[in-house]
Amino acid sequence: MSEQKVTFRVFRYKQGDTAPHYDTFTVTVNERTTVLEALQAIRRDQDGTLVIRHSCHHASCGTCGMRVNGKEVLACVTNVLELGTPTVTVEPLQNAPLISDLVVDMGPFYETFSQAHLPFVRRSEYLPDAEVAEGVPFHMRFESCIECGLCVSACPVVASDAEYLGPAALAAVWRVVQEPRGTEVPPLLDWVNSEHGCWRCHVALECSEVCPSNVDPGGNIMALRQELVRRALGLSHG
Amino acid sequence: MLQETRALHPVRRRGWKGWFAVRKRHLGYVAFALNRLTGLGLVLYLIIHLVVLSMLARGPETWDAFIELAKSPAFLLLDVILLAGILFHGLNGLRVILVGLGIGVHRHKELFWGLMLLAAILFIFGAWGFLVV
Repeated sequence: MSEQKVTFRVFRYKQGDTAPHYDTFTVTVNERTTVLEALQAIRRDQDGTLVIRHSCHHASCGTCGMRVNGKEVLACVTNVLELGTPTVTVEPLQNAPLISDLVVDMGPFYETFSQAHLPFVRRSEYLPDAEVAEGVPFHMRFESCIECGLCVSACPVVASDAEYLGPAALAAVWRVVQEPRGTEVPPLLDWVNSEHGCWRCHVALECSEVCPSNVDPGGNIMALRQELVRRALGLSHG
Repeated sequence: MLQETRALHPVRRRGWKGWFAVRKRHLGYVAFALNRLTGLGLVLYLIIHLVVLSMLARGPETWDAFIELAKSPAFLLLDVILLAGILFHGLNGLRVILVGLGIGVHRHKELFWGLMLLAAILFIFGAWGFLVV
């Protein structure tokens, strides 16, 4: 496996700093090295003070979301050499409180998201003809959203409206509307039917572009709008 | 305690500058940025237009002098730029309305290019009308 050196320009910020800055590191990578692995190598071999967050290494946990070369990605599944740039710039997500280096405080994101009351699992749409075991009503799967916050970082409306509920929470509400499973839907629709709710979206749809789980937040926001219009016209029976 | 800790953390929010941070972004974001830019341009034009109309109150000499200026090639070029802004904002706005109502959400890029083709055709005719006819 061939190896080559790649320069990493890494965003640095510690509590008390007057302003952030960038540090440059050189890392030897191969065809399989991910950005997360390179950052771990920097932390291990060059600068132990570099703060990063990660867990699963396979795009399931959503904790390693960051901006690589100006685009929101999960660092664990972003191949360094496939980026095709001699210097890789790594920054934390935008529109979230910055804790240190590449780590942001996801607390405000979770607070908003949790108000959607989205369950962790959903009825599976895959393999509809698959045999279901006795006593099991239907196959289930985990919800698609991994709560990584990439969509919120990429949204230009969140950038200028701190009160906007954001694409992740709105998409979660649409999922609950689709499959309420005991959750009261009207209060949720009242929550999103507001100036800073689903009507605030201006259709940049970057959320759907950066989403690593095919949640399609932009599409879900538009579906929410349609549902609200249907209900306003008395056309919805849900 | 959590809130107190959070208050110390700065939020990296670009504000209105974020609208125009189109580098590495996709078509929908670029269209959003251009829509904002042309929208601001049209608001500026509206203000200038109202100021120009106020010249009517200053008598025919002032107005006639302005009309002479308005016929100059440089001024007509500004009209052509205005036409481009109106066409982009209007037709992309139509796309935003349709997609915003859930129509063609997953075909929004094709919708954009189709409407921009229409904008280009109208622009050519309009610019020809301004500069040649």
